[in-house]
Amino acid sequence: MHLIQNFPFISIILCLASGVVSSVLSGKNAKRLCISLVSLLGILNSMVLFYVWKTKESYTFMMGHFPAPWGNELRIGVLESLMAVFFCAIMLLSLCGGMKRIFKDVEEEKTNLYFVMIDLMLSSLLAIIYTNDLFTAYVFVEINTIAACALIMIRNNGHSLVAAAKYMIMSLLGSGLILMALSMLYDLSGHLLMSNIKEAVAQILPGSQYEIPLTVVIALLCVGLAIKSALFPFHSWLPDAYGFSTPSSSAILSSLVSKAYIFLLIKIFYRVIGMDVMIDHKITNALFFFAVIGMLMGSLSAIKEHDIRRLIAFSSVAQIGYIYMGIGLGTKAGMMAALFHILSHAASKSMLFIAASGLSEVSGNSKDFTDLKGSGYRNKIAGIGFTVGALSMVGIPLFAGFTSKVYFAEAAVNASTSKMAIGMVILAISTILNAVYFIRAVISIYTPRNEHFIVPGYKPAVTFSVAMVFFIVLNFVLGIFSNPIMDAIEVGLKMFA
Amino acid sequence: MSKLNPNYEASKWRKIERFVNGEEISDNPNLSKHEEEIREASQEDKERNEQFEATITDLEDRIQKERKRSIEALYRKYEKWPQTKGIKIFTHIYRILAVLFCVCIISVLLMTVSYLPTFGDASNPNNNEVPKRYIEKGIEETGAINFVAGMILDYRAFDTLGESHVLFIAACCVLILLRIDHSKNGKKPTEKAEAEEDDRKFEPKNDKILQKIASLLIPPIIIYGIYVVLNGHLSPGGGFSGGAIIGAGLILYLNAFGYEKIEKFFTYKTYQRITVGALLFYACAKSYSFYTGANHLESGIPKGIPGNILSSGLILPLNVAVGLVVACTMYGFYTLFRKGGM
Repeated sequence: MHLIQNFPFISIILCLASGVVSSVLSGKNAKRLCISLVSLLGILNSMVLFYVWKTKESYTFMMGHFPAPWGNELRIGVLESLMAVFFCAIMLLSLCGGMKRIFKDVEEEKTNLYFVMIDLMLSSLLAIIYTNDLFTAYVFVEINTIAACALIMIRNNGHSLVAAAKYMIMSLLGSGLILMALSMLYDLSGHLLMSNIKEAVAQILPGSQYEIPLTVVIALLCVGLAIKSALFPFHSWLPDAYGFSTPSSSAILSSLVSKAYIFLLIKIFYRVIGMDVMIDHKITNALFFFAVIGMLMGSLSAIKEHDIRRLIAFSSVAQIGYIYMGIGLGTKAGMMAALFHILSHAASKSMLFIAASGLSEVSGNSKDFTDLKGSGYRNKIAGIGFTVGALSMVGIPLFAGFTSKVYFAEAAVNASTSKMAIGMVILAISTILNAVYFIRAVISIYTPRNEHFIVPGYKPAVTFSVAMVFFIVLNFVLGIFSNPIMDAIEVGLKMFA
Repeated sequence: MSKLNPNYEASKWRKIERFVNGEEISDNPNLSKHEEEIREASQEDKERNEQFEATITDLEDRIQKERKRSIEALYRKYEKWPQTKGIKIFTHIYRILAVLFCVCIISVLLMTVSYLPTFGDASNPNNNEVPKRYIEKGIEETGAINFVAGMILDYRAFDTLGESHVLFIAACCVLILLRIDHSKNGKKPTEKAEAEEDDRKFEPKNDKILQKIASLLIPPIIIYGIYVVLNGHLSPGGGFSGGAIIGAGLILYLNAFGYEKIEKFFTYKTYQRITVGALLFYACAKSYSFYTGANHLESGIPKGIPGNILSSGLILPLNVAVGLVVACTMYGFYTLFRKGGM
């Protein structure tokens, strides 16, 4: 076995161990450990990506001395390692960008606990991405839920506590539904390993005794994961959770946590239940329906907002709608577009959150648009970052958001007629709505006013500027050089099935 | 310019013109006189109308004002409607809908259960090669007589690794939420505020009955807990249940004798050391066995003779590690949910 093949398992264990160690370190040292860990994992996982890309074959990794149905197993393909590399990169940039605010928002004695949460969060993300076993996925979904709650509430003021409570209730509801679905699925198939469940599910014929429970299982899984990733009717926890936590937390929650659940859902679609069974049970149509409504409602709520962070949060609802629309199309092109949008939205949204924190830093820590006027001049790099992110969200050519919208449109054109018509129309309307609130935001941060906020000699933190520059570069890379990434996604999807 | 016929109104041409225009044709020469009379009469009418209209507008104004006043009164009456009656009605509807929704979901799930495989049937799908190997080869492959211990700590040890970190992260979360940061504001709180935040000020309570019974009960409880942990691979029990028993013993000790006594051997530092040490040991031991397993190397850990206390390879030390983590977490939860923290 090649040494590189061990890296996914080593990354998960390293995350867990450094999380445990961080709990006895001081805040500063925990930060150093965390940053070096995330960078190291980024390098390790890109080596894995390179290895899998070169061999053109996915491989399974036996966790322990016992082969798969008895022991645990990881499965590593191109798509998984691509996601892992990307998640590490986004996490590193979000942490760097919001580092100053973390130390300001979190009580001094508890800063190390923030990094404990980040380490364990990363371990759960990696485990959810790599695992080939549904129950392992559930265990790490639990870790993910608790860590996400802690990331919201660690700011410890009234708003963030309420937001964390809301998030916890909704997220635990989702976990409960997933657990119920898993136990039923185990009852029907007798397995927890993804590939074995797929074989067993393929034998459940339409009209047999187990058909109804299978439908319920699929519905429960989809609803559970939709709650956790804030698909439209279940998004009530989202604006508060993203709006009131410390900026790094919002960036990580919006761009990684919800995306990991969507990735798990896609994995379940392909590797557990099977795409054909999913389409036969019409679940894709239901997802498409809610996704399309979400695309409109998210943007409409965002238009009404005066708080920049909540505006970005509501825009997340719309963007999650885009991803689910891609899944709901039920075609391979739609799925590829959804996966690409996971990447492009993660890159743009985390940049927006970090940039917004930079803008409010020079406006007396206010998040209101009237105070933010002219902040683009006071903190130039944050202004540029926000503009790039906003343009990408609206879908201006050369930016990441445009490319994914093109892929969505392409996928919608090749889908069935009714879905094509609805998809195209809603895409157009939603783009206009996006433009309404994002362009308004950009104009308002570049309206020269509010001179009394000027801090003489203000300079953004070095880590913030560096993170912003990397975010902008990443956005352009995704927007302009999307072809190799799409190739990787296509190869990865082929390995999935 | 042609000359104007003075008798133009009576001329034939005029008649034709009138006919063409569709006007009333009449030969009465007094028509114009008549028209004048009518005009005068209409003038009078107009004046009367104006007077009338003035009174009407006056009346309308009054009606408008009256209506406005009544609408304002209505508004005043219903202004607080959303806060008082509206919310009441909304909560009623909300509750009814919530109950209906729950009933619907419960009935759907119950119906699903009736379609699931019968419980305990030998031909069920989950009666396959997976549990078969656990039962038939479990002792031989793991060295543990207790299949469950073999399953959770050897076959599926990765899940258990995750699960013990769930406990750890939950304890950290409670720590974030409830631990009092004494360095806050940089100044010492007043004695009264401190007493309000901290249960320690009311201690020791010196409840003689509780202390006597506790001193009788605590040693057996903790020894029993240790027994359950150490025999995890031989009999039902193991790290999770044994750890919970030890934790319960510690909580009882704390309640009977107070913080001052327990801090002689168990402080926040001890808690941290034990948890971190146990979890790191778990991670290291398991990553060694994962690594050797995945790369098809011999682990070199002796399995021993099944049934002996020193047997079953890594399961015994892992059980001890899990037991320590669980005991500390239970105790930590208790102290954190009391005021003051560890």
